[in-house]
Amino acid sequence: MAGRSKKSASLGSFLVELAVYAVFVFAYFFLVLHFLGGWLKHVFDQNKTLYAFVALGLIITQGVGLEMLTTGLLRVIRSRER
Amino acid sequence: MNFLISGTHINPVYLIVIGFIVGICGGFFGVGGSFLAGPALFAFGVPMNFVVGTDLAHIVGKSIVAAKKHRTLGNVDIKLGLIMAAATIIGVETGAQIIQQLKRHNNVDVVVAIAFVIVLIGISSFIAWECWQTLKMGKKTSVTKGKPKRDHSAIAYIAKNFQRFHLPPMISLPSSGIKQISLWTILVVSYIGGVFSGFLGGGAGYIRMPAMVYILGVPTHIAVGTDLFEVMISASYGTFTHALKGNVDILIALVMHTGAAIGAQIGATLTQYFHGVRIRLAFVPLPLLGAGLIIYSLLTGHHFK
Repeated sequence: MAGRSKKSASLGSFLVELAVYAVFVFAYFFLVLHFLGGWLKHVFDQNKTLYAFVALGLIITQGVGLEMLTTGLLRVIRSRER
Repeated sequence: MNFLISGTHINPVYLIVIGFIVGICGGFFGVGGSFLAGPALFAFGVPMNFVVGTDLAHIVGKSIVAAKKHRTLGNVDIKLGLIMAAATIIGVETGAQIIQQLKRHNNVDVVVAIAFVIVLIGISSFIAWECWQTLKMGKKTSVTKGKPKRDHSAIAYIAKNFQRFHLPPMISLPSSGIKQISLWTILVVSYIGGVFSGFLGGGAGYIRMPAMVYILGVPTHIAVGTDLFEVMISASYGTFTHALKGNVDILIALVMHTGAAIGAQIGATLTQYFHGVRIRLAFVPLPLLGAGLIIYSLLTGHHFK
C-alpha cells in the first residue's frame, strides 16, 4: 500500500516536471519562431555561409541548453523521490 | 504554421511528437531516428532535399544529449568514434554532392524516396533474420551487476573474419574488446555510413550500428554509444555542408529537437534494462514503419498536415 502511494507520488511529481518542461519548451519555440523566423529566412536568401554557421550554432546551443534543463529537472524528480 | 525556408505548412505539435519518438529511439537504439523522422517529414510535405538536410541538423542537437548520457554510462569508445568520424565526414560530403546532382535534374524526391524504402526494408529484414538465428541458437545474454554486459550474435563469425583481415595499419580497440583490426575496415564501414548519411539524412545509424556490431565486432551497447558520439561530429559537418547548399530548414529542426531532448534521456536509460539481441529485435519494425510512410506518400501524393 505504501509502495503504491510512493509510486503514484513519483508519477505525479514526474508529470508536474513534464508540464513545467512543456511550458518552457513551448514558450521557447514560439519565441524562436516569432523572433527568428523572418530573420533566418532573410539570411537564408542573402548569405548561405552565414546561414550555415547560424543554423549549426542554434542547434548546438539548443542541444546543450535543453540537455541542461532536462538533466536539472530529472535531478529534481529524483531528489523528491528520495 | 508556415516554415518559410522550406516553404511548407506543418502543425508544430506533429514535429514535437515525431521528435519525441525519434528521441527515444536515438537514446535506446543508438541510431538518429532518421528511419522515422525522414519519412515523417516527407509525409508532412517537406521536399526531399530539405528532409535530408533538416534531419541532419535535428540529429546534431539530439546526439549531443544522447552521447553525453552514454559517455556517463561508459558506452563510448572515443578512439573508434574519432577514427570513424573522419571517414564519415568524407562520406557525408559524397552523399551531399549526389543530392545536389539530383536537385539539378529535378528528381531528388523520387530517387531518394525509393532508395530510402529499399534501405529500410533491407535493414529490417537483415536484423530480423539475424535475431531469429541468434534466438534459435538458444544462447542467452546476461547482465550481471559489476560484470561487463555479454553480447551474442549468430553471425559473430563474420566480425571474426573481418578482424583476421590483415591490411596494415592494424589497431587495437581495448574499450570495445577488439585486440586487432585493420584501420581500413573501420574507414570503409564509416565512409559507407557517411554516404548514406549525406544522401538520406540523419546519422545513418541504421547502417552503421549493424555494421559496427556485425562487421567490426563491437558489443551492441558500445556500438550504440560510440555511434552517437561519432554522429555528433559527422552530423555537424553534414548540417553545415547541406545548409551551404540550401537544404536545411533550421526552424523545423529546432522544433523537432525540443521533443527529442526529453525522449533521448528516456531512451538512453532504457538500454540499461535490455541487452544485445533484445535491443536489435525491438529495432526491426521501426524501419518498416518509415518505409510504409514513404510508400504511402509516393503512391497517393497525400501529405499529413
